Amino acid sequence: MNKNIQHRTWKRPPFITNPLLKWSLIVGASLYLALAFGTIDFDWQRIADGAPRGKRFIASFFPPDFLTRSSAILDGIFESLWMTVTSTVIGIALSIPIGLGAARNLAPRAVYLLCRAIVALSRTFPEIILAIFFVKLFGFGPFAGFLALSLATIGFYGKLLAEDIEDMDPVQAEAVRATGATWWQWLIYAVLPQVLPRMIGLGLYRFDINFRESAVVGIVGGGGIGATLLTAFDRYEFDSAAAILLIIIAIVMVVEYSSGYIRRWVQ
Amino acid sequence: MLRLENLQKQYKTGDRALKGIDLVVPKGQVMALIGPSGAGKSTLIRCVNRLVDPTSGHVYLNDMDITHLGYRGLRVARRRMGMIFQEYALVERLTVMENVLSGRLGYVGFWRSYFRKFPQSDINEAFRLLERVGLDNMVDKRADELSGGQRQRVGIARALIQNPELLLVDEPTASLDPKTSRQIMRLISELCQERQLAAIINIHDVLLAEMFAKRIVGLKSGEIVYDGPPDGLSPEVLTTIYGEEDWTATIDHVDEEDLTEEERRERERLMKKSS
Amino acid sequence: MAVRMTGEVKIWQRRERGKQLAIWVGWLVSVAIFVYCWQLISEKTIWMFVNDAPRQAADLAERMIPPKWEYLDKLWIPLWDTLNIATLGTVMALILAVPIAFCAARNTTPSVLLVRPVALFIIVSSRSINSLVWALMLVTIIGPGVVAGILAIGFRSIGFCAKLLYEAIEEIDETQVEAITATGANRAQTLAFGIVPQIMPAFAGISIFRWDINIRESTVLGLVGAGGIGLQLDASISTLAWTQVSVILLAILATVIVSEWVSAKVRHAVI
Repeated sequence: MNKNIQHRTWKRPPFITNPLLKWSLIVGASLYLALAFGTIDFDWQRIADGAPRGKRFIASFFPPDFLTRSSAILDGIFESLWMTVTSTVIGIALSIPIGLGAARNLAPRAVYLLCRAIVALSRTFPEIILAIFFVKLFGFGPFAGFLALSLATIGFYGKLLAEDIEDMDPVQAEAVRATGATWWQWLIYAVLPQVLPRMIGLGLYRFDINFRESAVVGIVGGGGIGATLLTAFDRYEFDSAAAILLIIIAIVMVVEYSSGYIRRWVQ
Repeated sequence: MLRLENLQKQYKTGDRALKGIDLVVPKGQVMALIGPSGAGKSTLIRCVNRLVDPTSGHVYLNDMDITHLGYRGLRVARRRMGMIFQEYALVERLTVMENVLSGRLGYVGFWRSYFRKFPQSDINEAFRLLERVGLDNMVDKRADELSGGQRQRVGIARALIQNPELLLVDEPTASLDPKTSRQIMRLISELCQERQLAAIINIHDVLLAEMFAKRIVGLKSGEIVYDGPPDGLSPEVLTTIYGEEDWTATIDHVDEEDLTEEERRERERLMKKSS
Repeated sequence: MAVRMTGEVKIWQRRERGKQLAIWVGWLVSVAIFVYCWQLISEKTIWMFVNDAPRQAADLAERMIPPKWEYLDKLWIPLWDTLNIATLGTVMALILAVPIAFCAARNTTPSVLLVRPVALFIIVSSRSINSLVWALMLVTIIGPGVVAGILAIGFRSIGFCAKLLYEAIEEIDETQVEAITATGANRAQTLAFGIVPQIMPAFAGISIFRWDINIRESTVLGLVGAGGIGLQLDASISTLAWTQVSVILLAILATVIVSEWVSAKVRHAVI
């Protein structure tokens, strides 16, 4: 008995305790990987051929050429920025009532279900699919892109706003209700102060996303820098494409830094 | 003043929190509601201003039946009842002044409250109250910067600026240290006396209840099992409320030096009366 | 202090006058910017088309109904490809994101001056460029197909995962790391015993979160030739086969709902 205790071994307890579950997960995962790799026709030949081509391709990105297409690039970037501003503002403005309606602790059940359905629908499809359809309906140009981005913003912002309201401290809300405040006053005094800082942060984040997305709605004709980018690729002007990508990266960095600054200020 | 008639509350989960409460609180009386956790103390207080809707029975405030009021009537009724919360329940991101002024929401219109343009008389009253509770130099501090005792003082000012006739006080000392607890209870009872307010105070701490209330109501599983003066709290009574335990230390009364002169006289008067 | 004395009366205002003024000016400027942007967009819009849109929408809806259900049979393989693009892309991104995240986190980076800026630049570039743009580039380099899709999703997700991961690393409890260091552990041991256990939940959460997003994104990569169900969508739209388009959209909808359900389940089980 004593001997046993002295020689007791210790093994790290397994991450998943149920051995059956553990093994079925391992087997399942390897089976999936085998199947996945099996069905992808890796054309090794092509990839091998592509390597030198890729090198040349990457080399042709350098040096980035900001000048040759400068007017088209500037037009595209500014159009993207206008689209970003308008779609963020309109999208957030529309998502506030929808977000309020989609919060379980605020809205009656029928309103809740309706608003949740709107949120779910506008979240399902990627911006680009929305853009394809809006281009079909409203014609080429930034208006279609603006609509696609606004709709996507509603889904994103409405959902997060609703979740934030559902997570708020119910005691603070109850205290303001007990003073005899109206529903609107209650919203301003109990709900708004609790959700505002985070919602401002998320608004800035959505601005960032909308700018990045505005670069792709142009690929299907929705206006913005995407169209210029696509043209650059189609004409094999990779140095211009590199310039566009660098500008996008720079703007995203600026937005990110300034939004971090604003967020600290709001806190 | 306040009259509860056969008040019952059954939650959706099936728990019967209140089983027919009958209670009358006259003007100016400070009443402590004691009882174990889950006895229904919180539910009872919340049924009075209908933060919780009672299942059946009536609540009368000065002969007005609160239980059947509509949205507008309920708001008017609510502003006549100030509520003080456990854990203070201040809106943490608003300043002290905004929190106090939120007690006037039932009296001002939406746009005035939105732009924080409260009538000057409200502002004057807010300053007066903040001075009374000793926070007049913290007006623009945000509520989450204050200590527990300070927050509860803001909570008291918020309830009083409503100019209520009745105070509903829910575990005001639950998260405070013993000394601050006494200060807060003393402040509440002094203010009730100054303004001739009736008050229902939910409280865990039997000693504090004996110290500051003239009437004690014991609640157990949704029923009143004791209603009388503090001296009536014998070990037997406490056992019926809370269950078997050694109660001698609790009954041994308050350290006399902790009481103010006035409280001591009051207590002696009560004792003479009951003996 | 937003309190002023006027004679005997104390006036309280929510904000000091200067600050209040600054806020009003801020609002005014924002509204002006918005109106300006709106005008620029509306200049480039042909309003006749916009007015015509409801009729167009009705027309399009009519052409999309009823969905051509038989077409679903041809969608199983593209859907499987889409799933693979999302999953393998996520796995690739996670493997690459871990070292980058450790290089980018202030408390674990080998060098704040040299390595950290490089890691941060990789993160920003990867994040700024949409997966569709990555796909556009990759299709040009290695040709159209699923591999380009996987790499596009992977490149796009590296930045996202590394960013969230390095933020999690920076937020860990330093005292636990100190305790491990105090036992005399070397750098790698400290990493394994002091840091990794703390960020495991964050890591699991991030992977599931990103996988869910990637499912959504990989449905459209085919629009530029990078494999998956987007190829069918592109082909059907350009041949105006609207009844097929509606089937594809429904298939995407179902996929997204299932992936959301799966990720919610897994998140629940892991965290």
